[in-house]
Amino acid sequence: MVRTAIVDAVIDTAALLAEVANVASGATLLFVGTVRDVNDGRGVTGMEYSAYRGMAERELADIAQDASTRFGTFDIAVEHRIGTLELGEASVAIALSHPHRGPAYDASRYIIEQLKQRVPIWKLEHYVDGTREWVGAGQGARIPEAVALRAPVDR
Amino acid sequence: MTVTVLLFASYADALGSRSMRLELGSGATVGDVVSHVRALPGADRLPSEPLVAVNERYAKRDRVLASGDEVAIIPPVAGG
Repeated sequence: MVRTAIVDAVIDTAALLAEVANVASGATLLFVGTVRDVNDGRGVTGMEYSAYRGMAERELADIAQDASTRFGTFDIAVEHRIGTLELGEASVAIALSHPHRGPAYDASRYIIEQLKQRVPIWKLEHYVDGTREWVGAGQGARIPEAVALRAPVDR
Repeated sequence: MTVTVLLFASYADALGSRSMRLELGSGATVGDVVSHVRALPGADRLPSEPLVAVNERYAKRDRVLASGDEVAIIPPVAGG
């Protein structure tokens, strides 16, 4: 079972874990990404996530499917939340199970790294001093290596 | 032909718009759309080669567009 979603509500991590529970799996992992109170030395009070929703859903589904193929058959459930989040709230959760811990850790890491490179989601950070800034907006943009190598780039 | 251009996050803020329709000659490419958009007021913070998706898939600059295509100019992504 592989399920991915972009969601507007609080992520229920216990439900995700239950979803991937499988008697054939000896390892079950949960990664939770949360809103941190400091970024680049600036105090953060909250975060606004937005997405190119249709594409984000498809990219996320492709990544999870790809992980399932690369690391062996197992159960994966991934949710990324968008909207306004407070400090400590979960923006992303990756639950998965696998017969063995090695591939489980590898797959979890693979999914979060790919997500960060490919999925069209942006965050507007709110700072203690009242200002707001798009994270990463100053970076140069090019097709990420992961995309160039693996994602189906239409010609 | 007409294509829809979508802008997000910092790019939408810079241009003061989230979407626009562009009239292009046949054979126009992703690169033509980028040139068009970069000539608009406020577009100076767009890189010369931004990430672009056509119909929700990453596309290269030489990709030839069809009428009705949805061309999204994608700022550096920051999920997670």
